[in-house]
Amino acid sequence: MEKENPLISASGHPGQLQGVRSRFLTPWIWVGGGLIIMAVLSAAIGPVAIPPNVIFKILLSRLPFATIEVDWPSTFNTILYQIRLPHTALIALTGMALGASGAAYQGLFRNPLADPYIIGVASGAGLAAVLTMSIQWPSTTLGLITIPAAAFTGALITVGIVYLFARVGRTTPITTLILAGVAVSTFTSALTSLIMLLSTDELYRAIAWLMGGSALGGWPPVLAALPYLFVGLAVLLFLGRPLNVLQFGDEQALQLGLNVERYKLVIVAASSLVAATAVSFSGIIGFIGLVVPHLVRLLWGPDYRRLIPLATIVGGIVLLASDIVARTILAPRELPVGIVTAVIGAPFFLWLLRRAKQVRFW
Amino acid sequence: MIARLRFDNTTIGYGQKPVLHSISLAVLPGEVLGIVGPNGVGKSTLIKAASGILPPIEGRIFINNNDISRLSPSERARDLAVVPQARQLPEAFTTRDVVLMGRTPYLGWFAGESEVDHRIADEVMSKTAIAHLADRQVGELSGGEQQRVLIARALAQTPSVLLLDEPTAHLDLKHQDEVLKLVRELALKEDFAVVITLHDLNLVARFSDRVALLSNGRVRDVGDPAQVLTPDELGEVYGVEIHVSSHPIHGTPLVLS
Repeated sequence: MEKENPLISASGHPGQLQGVRSRFLTPWIWVGGGLIIMAVLSAAIGPVAIPPNVIFKILLSRLPFATIEVDWPSTFNTILYQIRLPHTALIALTGMALGASGAAYQGLFRNPLADPYIIGVASGAGLAAVLTMSIQWPSTTLGLITIPAAAFTGALITVGIVYLFARVGRTTPITTLILAGVAVSTFTSALTSLIMLLSTDELYRAIAWLMGGSALGGWPPVLAALPYLFVGLAVLLFLGRPLNVLQFGDEQALQLGLNVERYKLVIVAASSLVAATAVSFSGIIGFIGLVVPHLVRLLWGPDYRRLIPLATIVGGIVLLASDIVARTILAPRELPVGIVTAVIGAPFFLWLLRRAKQVRFW
Repeated sequence: MIARLRFDNTTIGYGQKPVLHSISLAVLPGEVLGIVGPNGVGKSTLIKAASGILPPIEGRIFINNNDISRLSPSERARDLAVVPQARQLPEAFTTRDVVLMGRTPYLGWFAGESEVDHRIADEVMSKTAIAHLADRQVGELSGGEQQRVLIARALAQTPSVLLLDEPTAHLDLKHQDEVLKLVRELALKEDFAVVITLHDLNLVARFSDRVALLSNGRVRDVGDPAQVLTPDELGEVYGVEIHVSSHPIHGTPLVLS
């Protein structure tokens, strides 16, 4: 008897292996390359331009035993390490967090228009963060640790409230989800404004932060964000398979043996943790979590095992690009990146809303 | 012989409001039990209770002598699979993706599908004659093909009880026949116990070993199709005059209103 190659027999007939492999490999090359290119551009562009080849040289010169002739002004080192790289890292991480949590929320609510901004999670997290800041503003080391924790709590409470109000029977329809999200985020935003008005000092900084201006600079916020993001993203990346099963509805998922309530709780906790961390360090940045998963779904299909990691990376790419636009379009003035994402994202949202009426997404 | 599925004096309903009272039914290995009755009598409710998503108000339900209220969702789904109506499928998944989801009860929190899972998916796809559709998106398939995908997904759970809720609701005559023949065959070959709800009394007559007629929240009659599907019984339950003759080819009862 012929011994079968398990890989080939698993995919049906021999010719398919190639197809399967390229289907899984191609997107990773694209998004990986895109992220690196966009990160280099982000570090290169600014009031003082640092050419990309110099960036590579500066990075390489840090390696032990590397012998690289220093042919750049020493200020480049300071600009790159103290300003550009931490900024680039924070923006990339924020975009990744928003892309991943948007994809997870969409899968959880089985609703193509769910996103941390639209369902009010971002403003809920923002309110909790501002509350914390009003106690310990300006940011101290303790503040850097407590703000995300508070934002996470705020995000969880908000998502719970929105879900309760949006749920009709066993489903979460688009209209009720958006209405509940708008109501809750209007309410929380109003409270946030009130707190900021009452605490007069550093008002401008708070507003800039809230509009997604990344008012926090340097390495401390990057380092503080990492553990939260690591935990949240790791959980989301592994829960693609149950998210796929959930697309068949709670009833079928339960009949397929999925412990639906338990999985939903973990997914909502992980995506809220990730979204709240993004809000804590970069403010409220809208529409990335909405646009990015759609883009990925359109290009590479609805399988959450790939959708989550791809949306994570593409989220980083898109926010880095938006941030470059925000920093250059009115140079030397820098716009909060949230304005750029809203200008691009809101029309896209309206287009989706139109489309959602015509075709079923899932 | 141990019943694969048994309702033991079970009262089922939503909240505390009973829909079906004191149901006692048993389905044996290899047997197809057809559930019939007028709209809203609780046929789908019966399926929901048996699949564990609607806990009974009173009484108990057993799968292979195990009380389902004591089983976890995954334990239950290894023994009992449900074939829902096809129109609720997310369109963009491939046939293989959907069939592999039948392996869910065997996979832990962070596990992916193993080679064994893929092999089982291949087997059930060829059993249900959809192997050639493995890489097609389910949204592109015909209603009959989608229904077979869902049957394959249920088989991938390697259950011993199969529940089908109106599996032919949106199918034309040819596909109705195909799907029900497949179910009939599987019950015999694999020793499944099959419970199937159907609107069409003639299909029930042709494809079930026994029929349970539901009326007014109770099982009015259970037994051989020829004994249950009589003009008197059906006339009273459905409220119209009914004639029953014999199917010219299959010899099963032919119900006409």
